[in-house]
Amino acid sequence: MNKQYPFKLILQYIIILLLAAATLFPVFWVAISSFKPQSELFRFPMSFLPDEWTLENYQNALSQGNFLLYFSNTVFVAVVATLITVMINIMSGYALAKYRFPGRNIIFYAMIATLMIPLQVIMISIFLQLKRLGMLNSLWGIIIPPAATPTGIFLARQYMVNLPDSMIESARLDGGKEFTIFWRIIIPLSKPIIATIAIFSFMWRWNDYLWPLIVITDNRKQTVQQALANFVGQLQINWSNLLAMTTISIIPVILVFLTFQRFFMTGITSGSVKG
Amino acid sequence: MKSKRQKGNFHQILAPLLFLLPNMFIFLVFIIVPAFQGLRMSLMDWGVFTDPVFIGFRNFAELLQDSVFWVTFVNTIVFSVSVVGLMVVSSLILALLLKRNTLTGERVFRAVFYIPSLLSMIAVGIAWRFILGDEMGVMNYLMRSMGGPGVPWLTSGRLAMMSVIFVSVWAGSGYYMVIFISGLQAIPTELYEAARIDGSSSWNTFWLITIPLLKSTLLVVVVLGTIASFKAYELIFAMTKGGPGYATKFIVQQVYQVAFMEDRMGYASAMSIILMLLIGFFTALQFAFSGKDQSYE
Repeated sequence: MNKQYPFKLILQYIIILLLAAATLFPVFWVAISSFKPQSELFRFPMSFLPDEWTLENYQNALSQGNFLLYFSNTVFVAVVATLITVMINIMSGYALAKYRFPGRNIIFYAMIATLMIPLQVIMISIFLQLKRLGMLNSLWGIIIPPAATPTGIFLARQYMVNLPDSMIESARLDGGKEFTIFWRIIIPLSKPIIATIAIFSFMWRWNDYLWPLIVITDNRKQTVQQALANFVGQLQINWSNLLAMTTISIIPVILVFLTFQRFFMTGITSGSVKG
Repeated sequence: MKSKRQKGNFHQILAPLLFLLPNMFIFLVFIIVPAFQGLRMSLMDWGVFTDPVFIGFRNFAELLQDSVFWVTFVNTIVFSVSVVGLMVVSSLILALLLKRNTLTGERVFRAVFYIPSLLSMIAVGIAWRFILGDEMGVMNYLMRSMGGPGVPWLTSGRLAMMSVIFVSVWAGSGYYMVIFISGLQAIPTELYEAARIDGSSSWNTFWLITIPLLKSTLLVVVVLGTIASFKAYELIFAMTKGGPGYATKFIVQQVYQVAFMEDRMGYASAMSIILMLLIGFFTALQFAFSGKDQSYE
């Protein structure tokens, strides 16, 4: 059919290429501009590529202020939160997929229904709750409360329903303890869904701004997104530094995406994930 | 010594509850309790330094008179409806262009269109603010160098709203494209062939076959998009801070400001309740509209 309509095909390619250029331009423009010396950034006439490539903005961004500290805070939050999220959501998914007990469906739907109560709607009482529990200004205050995610539970359960019951039964007959069965048999069989949940959790944690905004006021506990927001919120924006910081902040998510691309598509289509 | 029956009970009841415990605890402490607390607070005069006082529905009565709140209310709806409408169109177009699995470079293009969904909304806002700046942004530079006037993309009310809508669509389309592609690929190809043999134009095929069979996917996209757009805050903060004036200020930002900067937590809770009702209302509306004639199997 394509051979019949080469014109149509060429037209489609042109449209796709134009849209792709429009999609990528902002990302490239930020990255490329971050390598321009300050004097070149807003010089007229503008040039697309820097006349003189420089790492000066990166040196400034990393040496002034606490950007490295924010970076390590964010790595800590994203990694630890992802480990916890994966563990507890996989446990829940397993319980809901492979056990029959009274109230199972009610618990499942109740957990999914929490999707309808986003942080934006309860941020005031969340703030007070964390204050009461002494979790304000602690990275654990960002890590723990959003660690249980309805979409994670949903994905894990959907995947585990299809695991063979016979393996669990025979392990039980061999005298396996429930948690041992989970740890030794279920987890190894669930690697693909664990990877999917982990990747989405990491990405979401890395990019999240609202939780840190509510929990953290101490300057030394802030995350990269908070640092970016503070920077862009100033009256006089130091664009050279900000562009370098923004580029650094984007690199981890792009790397994760390029490495684990196949998990993204399955993750989105099987549950439309966030977190 | 345990009898078999007791062991069976343990398997089937206690073990799963232990597995569920961490999640249930977190949901209880950090969602359910705060949700009820929020409801209670909306009926109280609650500041940081004063004792909470029960005042019935007075917060809501005051909200009715609060012109700033209604501006943010209308802005939120305008933003959400525009973003969802445009995003459905743009992500569906992308999906239609890239659904075949046979086009050379198709996988690369899909990845390219997905890239904006990887970025934090703060980073997206920074990038576009850099591009759309009045004096120094590259967009106005290009327009001026072609002899046109500079355009106040972010500093004139209506344009600022259009800019944040456009950028939201730019940022979200790739994500919904992936959902649409899987929906499109689930439509049996025989239907398209039959339509072709019957001499149906591609326009007719699209409206008579693709769209009706895509209904449940459309519903997913519209519902997810609506909830996401009602929650929008970071992008707007980075791009316009809600300005100029109140032009791009939404309910979430107003809640944050009234609660944490003006210390009126009870009043802000009442706003949150309105936001939640709004999300619930729009979601229910979408389900109601799509509920009819989904009889394809």
